[in-house]
Amino acid sequence: MTKSELIARLAARNPHLYQRDVERIVSTIFDEISDALARGDRVELRGFGAFSVKTRDARVGRNPRTGESVHVASKVVPYFKTGKQLRELLNE
Amino acid sequence: MSERTITRAQLSEAVYQEVGLSRNESADLLEMVLEEMSQALVRGESVKLSSFGSFSVRDKGERVGRNPKTGQEVPISSRRVLVFRPSQLLKARVNAEPVRGTMT
Repeated sequence: MTKSELIARLAARNPHLYQRDVERIVSTIFDEISDALARGDRVELRGFGAFSVKTRDARVGRNPRTGESVHVASKVVPYFKTGKQLRELLNE
Repeated sequence: MSERTITRAQLSEAVYQEVGLSRNESADLLEMVLEEMSQALVRGESVKLSSFGSFSVRDKGERVGRNPKTGQEVPISSRRVLVFRPSQLLKARVNAEPVRGTMT
């Protein structure tokens, strides 16, 4: 399912809304989650899952082609943990 | 960095502010988004949200695990797990990198 398919499904369930508004609703939700993660905040959607960020330490990596050691700086990565209810639904 | 937890309340408030539906309807729409995504994943479909990331379902086979407390071996049954892969844009944003040439 792509974002446009998601929007189409929501629009079908909400015939009183303009497609344009449904698009804005979907964008707003994921923009808000992205903004929160960019601030270092956590987003918890009980039943669905939780988004957070994790810090990866700096390390010495290797260029796989040349074998040369390179310094890899520490970085922050987005992380998602599936909620209990969704995890159970996936395994029913 | 001050770490706060954002929940459904703040997300539906953002929808309310942005779109001008009632607070109730904003909350309902947020719920429908999560519901549609969950249903697609349960059907085994992946969910791809450009500029945010993609969710996919992976089948994991049965394996032998160990109770970390007792050291006892226990069988772990096969299961389906959800994997989230953040987009390049989201990865760049959480690292406060300037994002080049991408409009969201």
